[in-house]
Amino acid sequence: MKTNIILAGVGGQGILTIAAVLDTAALASNLNIKQSEVHGMSQRGGAVQSHVRISDKEIHSDLIPQGKADMIISVEPMELLRYLPFLKKDGLLVTDINPFVNITNYPELEALYNEIKTHPNSLLIDAKTIAKSLGNSKATNIVLLGAAAAQLPLSDESLQEAIKTLFERKGEKIVRKNLEAYNKGKEIALEIVS
Amino acid sequence: MKKLLLGNEALAQAAIDAGISGVYAYPGTPSTEITEYIQKSKTAKTLNIHSQWSVNEKTAMEAALGMSYAGKRVLTVMKHVGLNVAADVFMNMAVSGINGGLVVVVADDPSMHSSQNEQDSRNYGRFAMIPILEPSNQQETYNITRYAFHLSEQMGLPVMVRMVTRLSHSRAGIETSKGELQNNIHLPKNPHQFQLIPMHARNRYQHLVDIQSDTRESSENSYFNTFIDGPNTSMGIIASGIAYNYLMENFDDGDCPFPILKISQYPLPKKQVKKLFDTCKKILVLEDGSPFIEELVADYFSENKKVIGRLTGHLNRVGELNPDNISEALGFEVKHFTEMPKIVTGRPPELCVGCAHRDLFEAVNQLSKENSNQQVFGDIGCYALGVLPPYESINTLIDMGASITMAKGASDAGIHPSVAIIGDSTFTHSGMTGLLEAVIENSPITVIISDNSAIAMTGAQDSSASGRLIDICKGLGVDENHLKLINPLHKNLDKNIDLIRNEINHKGVSVVIAQRPCVQLPKEKKDKLKNLKKVSLN
Ligand SMILES: Cc1ncc(C[n+]2csc(CCOP(=O)(O)OP(=O)(O)O)c2C)c(N)n1
Ligand code: SF4
Repeated sequence: MKTNIILAGVGGQGILTIAAVLDTAALASNLNIKQSEVHGMSQRGGAVQSHVRISDKEIHSDLIPQGKADMIISVEPMELLRYLPFLKKDGLLVTDINPFVNITNYPELEALYNEIKTHPNSLLIDAKTIAKSLGNSKATNIVLLGAAAAQLPLSDESLQEAIKTLFERKGEKIVRKNLEAYNKGKEIALEIVS
Repeated sequence: MKKLLLGNEALAQAAIDAGISGVYAYPGTPSTEITEYIQKSKTAKTLNIHSQWSVNEKTAMEAALGMSYAGKRVLTVMKHVGLNVAADVFMNMAVSGINGGLVVVVADDPSMHSSQNEQDSRNYGRFAMIPILEPSNQQETYNITRYAFHLSEQMGLPVMVRMVTRLSHSRAGIETSKGELQNNIHLPKNPHQFQLIPMHARNRYQHLVDIQSDTRESSENSYFNTFIDGPNTSMGIIASGIAYNYLMENFDDGDCPFPILKISQYPLPKKQVKKLFDTCKKILVLEDGSPFIEELVADYFSENKKVIGRLTGHLNRVGELNPDNISEALGFEVKHFTEMPKIVTGRPPELCVGCAHRDLFEAVNQLSKENSNQQVFGDIGCYALGVLPPYESINTLIDMGASITMAKGASDAGIHPSVAIIGDSTFTHSGMTGLLEAVIENSPITVIISDNSAIAMTGAQDSSASGRLIDICKGLGVDENHLKLINPLHKNLDKNIDLIRNEINHKGVSVVIAQRPCVQLPKEKKDKLKNLKKVSLN
């Protein structure tokens, strides 16, 4: 078993938190993990990505080869498309629909959504609104993680445990909010798929 | 359970476990997390390991050498271009040798994710004639760093560990092993070892040359250099550091048919290289960075075409390696993947909303509009983004400190206005000496120090300049009538433009300190800054 996941977004949108949940859950499940991330210049509002690889065998490369990603989870719709060359045929796309517009030539939204919808296996989710309605707009990333959960090589339990571990320091309320966000994401994905 | 660590963190943990008494470093992507890990480590605190940031890489490496002189183990860390700054001590401490184990970590940045160039530090290691270690993965980073201290003490030489961005910034589960105790203070046995006057230096240099056979032998017997046999000798592969992983990624279960020489310790293990050459028809060299090994092993005119790699166009000459370009070099069919849709546009980094550099650039741009002769010499930091739209305020960006000295040279050549923009940390790193030079000649330049009280670009570390800039400038001899403080806020724009214009018109050195903290600083730091000594300007 080997699962390759690309996380995408704009610097500061919290993709490393998604990565940390995946890492923690994988390590607790006794799986091997490699997770590369971007530090430095591009963290200032630029495009950022993280490659997460989980396997029961030895993992060599820190970078996922092109055409080998099982899924891309993106916190921003245009950033999702930037990494398409990495996606496997019929791989899964999960993205928030809300654009982060900090450039003057941001593409037309409709066209962007249409492009995403041409891929058979895509989940477009209004994660930000969901997170807000749960009273924690910062949890947008966790909603998206929840939406992808069914297709991850990690048990639901291990993911929930990882969320608890990671947010523990911030207090019980934040833990609860993030678990809610995660579960809501799961639900929405089920609705869309069925 | 294994610890989930970045390559950088694995290195830092290994240094703590190896019994270092200190780390000396100046931040720089991709090396920064090494020192930060030690700063945050409870164990390091209990063990009283020195970890405060240095003012620049040269001061860092010299302090490290001082700790080694005292007999203790020590780590010094920098990004690749930082080694240029520390090159003087680096080259000379190879000649003096060390006392307590001294490991120099240099993090290279192939593809220039956050740098001005992609220089390959292995060239420096070879130049200085010291052993170089180049780990291929996170666990090996831990193991090799532990080993580095032993090797350093065994050879009596500083040892370089070369990291690259992708290894520094990728996590994996790491197993650590039992820690060693710190060394006691013990001075060098030979009282002349560190006295590099010519008569002693000649002896030391001869010694360095003489032990080259030992360093090579150590490489040939190293656990980290492995020869992996393979049935298909139509090609042999030399893969160094992280390139080894990208290579293995291309074979299911790591089942590569070609013989492989995996290299993680230099000087090159001649014996194994010869074995590969003797048994294989062709040699493919895979290395992230410059064609360092390839140049050493290729025949000069490439007439026998035996060695292929970056020099022969089988791999990209610039930019980092990855599993895909290595797949092509292996001769695998080039696959065509979905292209990035045309609708996707670039998203370059930008200054944060509310950043003080923004208000400064607005002022400077207004003055550039008023006088099209104005040239603005920039420097390294968040404000380097002033090169890009929407500001496009800066004409040059070369190396840390070059803003002031280039402004002076351009002014000597007759350019006026000649303006330098430099960050507070860059100023104490390498700007002060240049300012002194300008003061001595009273060059008509305007130096703007954009003081956000942080080393912001690399993650808001404390700046050595905080609370000291005015005293430093006065001490360097800047005329107090032309040493000004402004607050770069939008509401002060007109006032600030007037003030800078006046200083530009002054026929001598002016320094304008534009002071407002980086908006990304955590609250504790902002509060701390408020309590710093405020020096009045009167
Ligand atoms: C010789 C060298 N060392 C380190 C770096 C990494 N580096 C780039 S920008 C920067 C911070 C500069 O801080 P400052 O001048 O205060 O500017 P700020 O980012 O705070 O705006 C550092 C350390 C480098 N590019 N070159
Ligand atoms: S981190 Fe600080 S200095 Fe850098 S762009 Fe943001 S506000 Fe400006």
